[in-house]
Amino acid sequence: MKIALFATCIVDAMYPKVALATVRILERLGHEVVFPQGQGCCSQMHVNSGYFDDAVPVIRNHVRAFTSVDYDVAVAPSASCVASLGHQQPMVARQCGEAALAEDAAMVAANTYELAELLVDVLHVTDAAQQLGSYFPETVTYHPSCHGMRLLELGDRQKDLVRSVAGIDFRELPDAEECCGFGGTFSFKNPDVSGAMAEAKLRNIENSGASLCTGGDASCLMHLSGAASKRRVPVRTVHFAEILASTRQNTLTVEGPVELSIPAPAKPAAATTGGQR
Amino acid sequence: MSITELGMPGVRPVHGQGNLHAQVAFPRAAKKELQNEQMRANIRHATHSIRAKRASVVGEVPDWQQLRDAGSAIKETVMAHLPELLEQFEQNVSARGGVVHWARDADEANAIVTRLIQEQDATDVIKVKSMATQEMGLDEHLEEHGITATETDLAELIVQLGKDKPSHILVPAIHKNRDEIREIFRREMPETTDELTNDPRVLAEAARKHLREKFLTTKVAISGANFGIADTGTLSVVESEGNGRMCLTLPETLITVMGIEKLLPTYQDLEVFFQLLPRSSTGERMNPYTSLWTAVTPGDGPKNFHVVLLDNGRSAVLSDPQGRSALHCIRCSACLNVCPVYEQAGGHAYGSTYPGPIGAILSPQLTGITSQENSSLPYASSLCGACYQVCPVKINIPDILVHLRDEDVRTRHGKRDRAAPAPSSDDPAIHAGDNWREEKSLTADHGEGGHDGAPRETSLKGLATRARRAGRKVREAVPTRAVPSQMDAMMKGASFVMSSGKRMSLAERGLPLGRVVAGRDHAIGWLPGMVGGWTDERDIPEPPKESFRNWWKKHEGETAQRLERDGAAPASTGDDAAAATPAAEGTVRSGSAGDENDARGAGNPTEGGRTAGHDGENA
Repeated sequence: MKIALFATCIVDAMYPKVALATVRILERLGHEVVFPQGQGCCSQMHVNSGYFDDAVPVIRNHVRAFTSVDYDVAVAPSASCVASLGHQQPMVARQCGEAALAEDAAMVAANTYELAELLVDVLHVTDAAQQLGSYFPETVTYHPSCHGMRLLELGDRQKDLVRSVAGIDFRELPDAEECCGFGGTFSFKNPDVSGAMAEAKLRNIENSGASLCTGGDASCLMHLSGAASKRRVPVRTVHFAEILASTRQNTLTVEGPVELSIPAPAKPAAATTGGQR
Repeated sequence: MSITELGMPGVRPVHGQGNLHAQVAFPRAAKKELQNEQMRANIRHATHSIRAKRASVVGEVPDWQQLRDAGSAIKETVMAHLPELLEQFEQNVSARGGVVHWARDADEANAIVTRLIQEQDATDVIKVKSMATQEMGLDEHLEEHGITATETDLAELIVQLGKDKPSHILVPAIHKNRDEIREIFRREMPETTDELTNDPRVLAEAARKHLREKFLTTKVAISGANFGIADTGTLSVVESEGNGRMCLTLPETLITVMGIEKLLPTYQDLEVFFQLLPRSSTGERMNPYTSLWTAVTPGDGPKNFHVVLLDNGRSAVLSDPQGRSALHCIRCSACLNVCPVYEQAGGHAYGSTYPGPIGAILSPQLTGITSQENSSLPYASSLCGACYQVCPVKINIPDILVHLRDEDVRTRHGKRDRAAPAPSSDDPAIHAGDNWREEKSLTADHGEGGHDGAPRETSLKGLATRARRAGRKVREAVPTRAVPSQMDAMMKGASFVMSSGKRMSLAERGLPLGRVVAGRDHAIGWLPGMVGGWTDERDIPEPPKESFRNWWKKHEGETAQRLERDGAAPASTGDDAAAATPAAEGTVRSGSAGDENDARGAGNPTEGGRTAGHDGENA
């Protein structure tokens, strides 16, 4: 299959490793990945901040980017952004009097999958160890993102894939269904409440017995690891795509400083240089 | 438009007054409340236990989702026929010897109630839990007129004696623990002694003795109402202590204040709500004290019965098709109990009689989004959606929050009236959002074979042309504003960059700059201005050297190297064949429909670690 990657703005700019991990997983299954260069953002930041008019050009750009390239299905390593495509783009376009754009956005959304959704429902991957060769010998807990849980109704798709990775020691997260406190611009419009919510989540992660928390939305994970870094709490986060992409030969390293950049091609991928907590 | 459909007058209805206006913006109010560790601990404990109880009893009901659908549909009917139903209700109450009063706002309602009490020459009244009278500020108004009101609901009594404000719809004293309650009783009830303990039963008994005297001597009672039945004129109060029952039956005169949205069309509709309400609110299967009365019954209960129908902004809410379902609320408080924002900030931070997620959409609609600090309330949510999930009448709180944010931005930009007309409820557009997931699952059901090229491809090309065409139209319509806020500027800038892959690519070339800012700590800990809110609470990781977009331009073709590095033997070079054949032998194989059953749980002998993970401790 020809699969179009919607990297999402946050992964594209801040977590290119997550986009690469998504590519590695899909290529390993024998699929061709294309990256529509015109892509930008899903518009969720504008919509959730109430800036519908400013969201329209962003929506139009997304529709244009994902209709001018040939592919079978599109995928994004983010439940929140995928939910935004179907849940918000058509609504906002319609509100702003753009009925045709609304229809087009709905069509693009209907063919765009969150990564676990694509892997499980379309590509029938249920055992990451066997089907992807995934290997990650770490103790890990999992935070389900609100939009994955409640808007996409992903259920346990992401968690089950993570649990099926070879070598993993999986721990359940107490009060997993509680929001981490990110919430887009909520995070800086209501920083104190958002920070208190992050603290509650960090406590639960520590109580899970794991110090490494995975999930399907880089935004939640950036918020959590940023809050942990600020508070000097030893909690780290990693996107589940990176765990699935990790193999015995090219094992994802989480010890020491973690570099968000894509490793230089000459070096083995496991090498980590420079870095950040 | 829908306004005429509902038979509403063609003028913008009046907004509500009273205890609906936040005096302090939510972020600042919440910051203060967050300092109160005792309150936060109390609320965390209480909400978590009610939450668990609710989940357990809701789980027992096999047709819970159908019940929610029914509750939502009944309330939609009520809102669509509110004027007729109100008149029907009035006729039936009057026919059975009651008097109906209409109050456009809090002032009118307060004046009516005060006059009715004065007509009975009473200076003392007892009250049973009524949010409507809290909303009106009735107790304060009565006090100004020399009338003392005593709350008889235990939690409300605690709040009243503590000269406090309720912080929860159902458990107004949720922010107090038993030690604090004991202190209040000891201080405010002269009949108590130092032997009063913090045992809940002892405290309840003290309150009972304190109130019993009042029930027997007071001639006028004021109540709220959970439901008003249009086709019979019946009213209902649902409570847990029996104090309400005494309030409703012992005095000579009963005055009930009811928001106009509390109507139900028929008596039989109670069937749905008496199932939804107790399980959603207290996590009980059945409500302990359910009182139903129809005006006056000679020789039984109050001799005089009045009902005050309160608008106070409700018509204004009704006039907004996208926000009006906030009026469906039956005040169960399930949304508060699951809300992580409420859990941290508590009810007082919302500054209104109606706290929590429902308050965040109801208060600014009742008062108008421009009222004092109420425009901060729609932003007091991370849009996690937990509230919508538990709402027994399916109020889509997150969507209404986003709608109100749009209203707020438009209002501040002076563009409110130019907003596109909202679709009416029978517009297919309004339901389009419900179907998009189904569309997708249809695609998914086709599996790989479903991605048949021809029809989709043609339409995709058509889409691209239409998207380009539409692009020109909007640019002309870009609005201007005299003094853009920081947020406006940020949104405008982001919109410009994020609506073009080329501009994104250029902007991302600045990422290494962020690495310089991050410095030796490899993290950015301070940002200026509004976004400083982010770095007050969190660091930003050191940005990558290069964005994915820019990296991909150089490395797109390196599939074979990637596979080799991962130890996934490269697939056969034929690209088209790749999709159908396993990508690698041995450890890696492509999934097919037949794989999934045996793959799961088959247990690869080389993967002992995974087994340990599964059987390992579930901490």
